[in-house]
Amino acid sequence: MTTRPTALDLGPSAQPAAPPVISVRDLVHRYQDRTALNGVSFDVRPAELFGLLGPNGSGKTTLFRILSTLMVPTSGSATIAGFDAVHQPGALRRHIGVVFQAQSVDLKLTAYENLWHQGHLYGLRGSELKKRIAEILARVGLLDRRADRVETFSGGMQRRIELAKGLLHHPEVLLLDEPTTGLDPGARRDLWQYLQILRDQERVSVIVTTHLMEEAERCDRLAILNEGNLVALGTPEALTREIGGDVILLEARDPQSLADRIRAKFQVEATVMDNHVRLEIEHGHRFVPDVVEALPGEIQSLSVSKPTLEDVFIHRTGHRFWSEDAGPMPETGKKKAKKN
Amino acid sequence: MSTQSATFPATAPASAGILLPAFTLWWREVVRFYRQRARVVGVILSPLLFWIVLGSGFGTSFRSGPGAGQQHYLDYFYPGTLVMIVLFTAIFTMMSVIEDRNEGFLLSVMVAPVPRAAIVLGKVLGGTTLATIQGLIFLVFSPLVGIHMTLASFALIALTVFLVSFALTALGFAIAWPMDSTAAFHAIINLFLIPLWLLSGALFPLSKASGWIRWIMYANPLTYGVEALRTLMYPEAPSSFSFAFSLTASILTLVLFALFMFGLAFALANRRTTKPSA
Repeated sequence: MTTRPTALDLGPSAQPAAPPVISVRDLVHRYQDRTALNGVSFDVRPAELFGLLGPNGSGKTTLFRILSTLMVPTSGSATIAGFDAVHQPGALRRHIGVVFQAQSVDLKLTAYENLWHQGHLYGLRGSELKKRIAEILARVGLLDRRADRVETFSGGMQRRIELAKGLLHHPEVLLLDEPTTGLDPGARRDLWQYLQILRDQERVSVIVTTHLMEEAERCDRLAILNEGNLVALGTPEALTREIGGDVILLEARDPQSLADRIRAKFQVEATVMDNHVRLEIEHGHRFVPDVVEALPGEIQSLSVSKPTLEDVFIHRTGHRFWSEDAGPMPETGKKKAKKN
Repeated sequence: MSTQSATFPATAPASAGILLPAFTLWWREVVRFYRQRARVVGVILSPLLFWIVLGSGFGTSFRSGPGAGQQHYLDYFYPGTLVMIVLFTAIFTMMSVIEDRNEGFLLSVMVAPVPRAAIVLGKVLGGTTLATIQGLIFLVFSPLVGIHMTLASFALIALTVFLVSFALTALGFAIAWPMDSTAAFHAIINLFLIPLWLLSGALFPLSKASGWIRWIMYANPLTYGVEALRTLMYPEAPSSFSFAFSLTASILTLVLFALFMFGLAFALANRRTTKPSA
């Protein structure tokens, strides 16, 4: 485990003020029938592995498109390496490399040819380009397959070519959209290791969108999105520490009544979610025997766990990461509006 | 693993310019096409069959009107078939614009510091090259219909095919660029592009067509391409037009058509909207 700053980034940073390499301010984007981004602001520092975590529909794909200059936002600003995404896209594009979720390699061309064309798009040519192609292919471990058509590659290898394409021109910032989709666990690990090397050795800022908690936990800092809003921002450790204790889930025949009784008896917040009673309690292991003794026969099963990022999400939004409907708000019993 | 120096070079080279990206897009377009055997054969095979079947089928049924009068339908239909090949190849390029942009190399191009002009230039010239080559391949059959080309007439035929290719490819680009999916595109093909070809004098001559159709055909720029080809291939046959319209005038019309289409494509590609993949 590397040492990463553990303070939340709200407030002065422990490092001397390095200007952020990415700056997003009040970004709003509306499609015809819905608002995808509802005023999102955050910074990304140089040489940082930054995650954008959110379920489908959270706005992270929209945000990705705006940052990669594929799309112009309805309002707000995004700046990368000092260039504005709306007004200076040409200059900005020189500093970013993009790895899409969709395939962007030509299957009918060889690995070498794909990179050769890619280099031309950035003004690289001739022997300089040849050298870089060889370097980048060696780094992703595909130098021996340079003359093979990409259609003969496995899924993991195609991803590596995509990565090579994104890095060919040595950008300061690398944007990746759900990069581990379709990869087996070994390939995922390799990819994350490589991203960390990029950060440490090349000082690249890597921005990754993901909907997987275990990936988000590997980021230096994280922005959690829900329905177009930024609901959390900070390091994974700091965010989970906010929960302030363990998470206890109780299964019962009548969860609502159990929740009321626990609230009454122990004066703690208890919410009902997915037919379970959910509690956030410090030193959960001490609370467990108390609650079991106090309410014998009521509890069918019980689990105690350290808080995860999903718990952070629940804490901040009041509902689960993947649910269609929002659960009731804690303690007041007020229900949020159901999504249709 | 090999390691780079600790820091990257300051930034990428100043600018990619227009020519290098345009060249690379052009080159890629041509190479990709010729690596897809099925496509290469397909764009020629359909029109070829069409020509053989319709040409033999109609045979000598029609002997009316200048130009068509003395010809077997195979002869009459020949220039139109060549234009059909050009059209099919141009349609292929249009499809690839839409597909590529949702999921393909064009995505990478859009986020690279490449001026939009380079994209238009590269794609349109690439498609033009393909359509021209495929069209000229069809000339292999010209002796079968009694066409004897001199070096000069071949050069002019090649020029005409080039201009028609360019105009149709640019038109296709202008249509395809604002589209999100290929579904709407099929409607355009059937309701606009095929009729454009049907009403160009490829299938039937203008001179004896009913009044209103004749006016549409005169307004159709493609008509002048077909007519130019017909004049070059069958110099003895009289003009299809009921008024005097020289070869030069036809070719000039084509040039204007091509330039206008390119301008349209260029203007569309330069718009930045708030829709995805602007």
